[in-house]
Amino acid sequence: MSTAPPAAVPAGPASPGPASRRGRGGPRRRENFAGYVFLSPWLLGLMGITAIPMLLSLYLSFTNYDALSDFSEVDWVGLDNYRTMFTADPSYWHAVRVTVMFALIAVPLKLATALGVALLLNKAFKGVGLFRGLFYLPSLLGGSVALAIVWVNMFNRDGAFNSLLGVFGIEGAPWVNDPDWALETLMVLAIWQFGAPMVIFLAGLKQIPTELYEAASVDGANAWRQFRAVTLPMLSPVIFFNLVLETINGFQGFTSAFVLSNGTGGPVDSTLMYSLNLYIKGFTELQMGYASAMAWVFLVAIALITVVLFSTGRFWVHYADGEDR
Amino acid sequence: MRGSTRRVVRLLILIVILAIVLYPLLWMLGTSVKSREEIATNIGLWPDVFTPGNFRDGWQNFDVSFGRFFANSAMVAVLTVVGNAVSCLLAAYAFARLRFRMRRVWFAIMIGTLLLPGHVLIIPQYVLFKQLGWVGEPWPYLPLLVPQFLATEAFFVFLMVQFMRGIPVELDEAAKIDGASPYTVFRHVIVPLSRPALVTTAIFSFIWAWNDFFRQLVFLSDLQDYTVPVALTLFIDSTSESAVGPMFAMSLLSLVPVFLFFVAFQRLLVEGINTSGIKG
Repeated sequence: MSTAPPAAVPAGPASPGPASRRGRGGPRRRENFAGYVFLSPWLLGLMGITAIPMLLSLYLSFTNYDALSDFSEVDWVGLDNYRTMFTADPSYWHAVRVTVMFALIAVPLKLATALGVALLLNKAFKGVGLFRGLFYLPSLLGGSVALAIVWVNMFNRDGAFNSLLGVFGIEGAPWVNDPDWALETLMVLAIWQFGAPMVIFLAGLKQIPTELYEAASVDGANAWRQFRAVTLPMLSPVIFFNLVLETINGFQGFTSAFVLSNGTGGPVDSTLMYSLNLYIKGFTELQMGYASAMAWVFLVAIALITVVLFSTGRFWVHYADGEDR
Repeated sequence: MRGSTRRVVRLLILIVILAIVLYPLLWMLGTSVKSREEIATNIGLWPDVFTPGNFRDGWQNFDVSFGRFFANSAMVAVLTVVGNAVSCLLAAYAFARLRFRMRRVWFAIMIGTLLLPGHVLIIPQYVLFKQLGWVGEPWPYLPLLVPQFLATEAFFVFLMVQFMRGIPVELDEAAKIDGASPYTVFRHVIVPLSRPALVTTAIFSFIWAWNDFFRQLVFLSDLQDYTVPVALTLFIDSTSESAVGPMFAMSLLSLVPVFLFFVAFQRLLVEGINTSGIKG
């Protein structure tokens, strides 16, 4: 279970609303029973789809299970999988580097683009809704296999991007086939989908009271100063929310890397994202015990990143109600 | 005067960004109707020779036609919508309105699963479903669908809880004074008033299920069971130049349902992610 302090969601305090207070005895017990009736599908899912698989994968991570043999033939190998991962498998650390690099570059650029465009759209003018909708469209389409296919072909040696560069007399690289550039083309695909965080930024911008800007301009603050002193602090909870969501998503990138490399992580392992590596180890090489260990380390890593984000958030996220979270 | 200059500059910047954003989509549209020669030579968006044959070739490119893949995808997506709508609504009602033991604990766990990376669970789920005989024939889609009927998509549970908090508790109270049970309140008060949240859930469920690749790739093993995204990756294997046009034609077709949803529900989609923080 990853740690998810309720403050992750700006929509309100994350506890269920106050239910009606019932008298003692019958009605109360009846409501307790009804509660569990309504909750039963979710509880079944929590056990069967989430909790038991998690425990199973913890167990598998200490075995050499290979998906082909029977459970009775599985050997307990102790910490071997974890030892191999950390000390004897260079592809593991390579995948970690690729994934961290991807998240570290693509996420800030995506959020900056989203915020920049949101600021441009945060004024009422004719057609603002059309712009907002069209900018959002890539977020709906961009995660698909189809768009990944388009992307790979656009950044081929003789793809549209190089044709465009050719117009200016520039000879482009064979981007997707070049180990130095393949991951970057995937970053661009991720940034292209800036619409979803943009829409969330727009909602946040609408919440900032205009009086604050009026007061700032009375004090003689220019546009940049107003952005630094009013917009950024007032928007910081929304920035934080987007940052957490996009970081976790960024670390899980899979589809575009799979399509670009036809499931290999190539060229020369340059697009070997963590999830793709996990897929290759588990489902191509059938080392499910080892892949389970990778999954658990991933889970712990994501949880740690979330904790770190939340603890740094205390220093720069400003909540309007003054409450320290 | 200065204000209007600023407006023009802002509009110009937005138009440039819009052109960059739309270019890949328009290029895809153009390439899907270009001939093999033109794909390599014509850098313009639109073909000189309109080649709709790409769609026919792509449709029949594999032993199983794309009609089958589209039908498979549609079935998975529609059943996912039904599963999410029903199971998440039930769970959300319990969390938002009913008092039962350990409610706060369960709610905290549900919030915790919001950030649980799904890829972490894929291997043990595969092992488990395989033991149950759910991988491959005769029930190839159970691993994709069963979780959706068990409210495992915590985003939707959370979205509906948030929505139900906005429904006045007095309505429940009034019904209860009239002797209504929690089931009656659910049926006659909560379900009808939760329609907007249900619609949002349905749309996002459909789009996510339609675009999903990782789980479908892992769990579908027979060609005739493939969904559209998994089938599209078959084009990548065949590296021949001749397949590019048909591949683009089928890729384009695969986006049509999502695009139609976007056109029909644009406002709702944009507002949906506002109220819930849902990712598109």
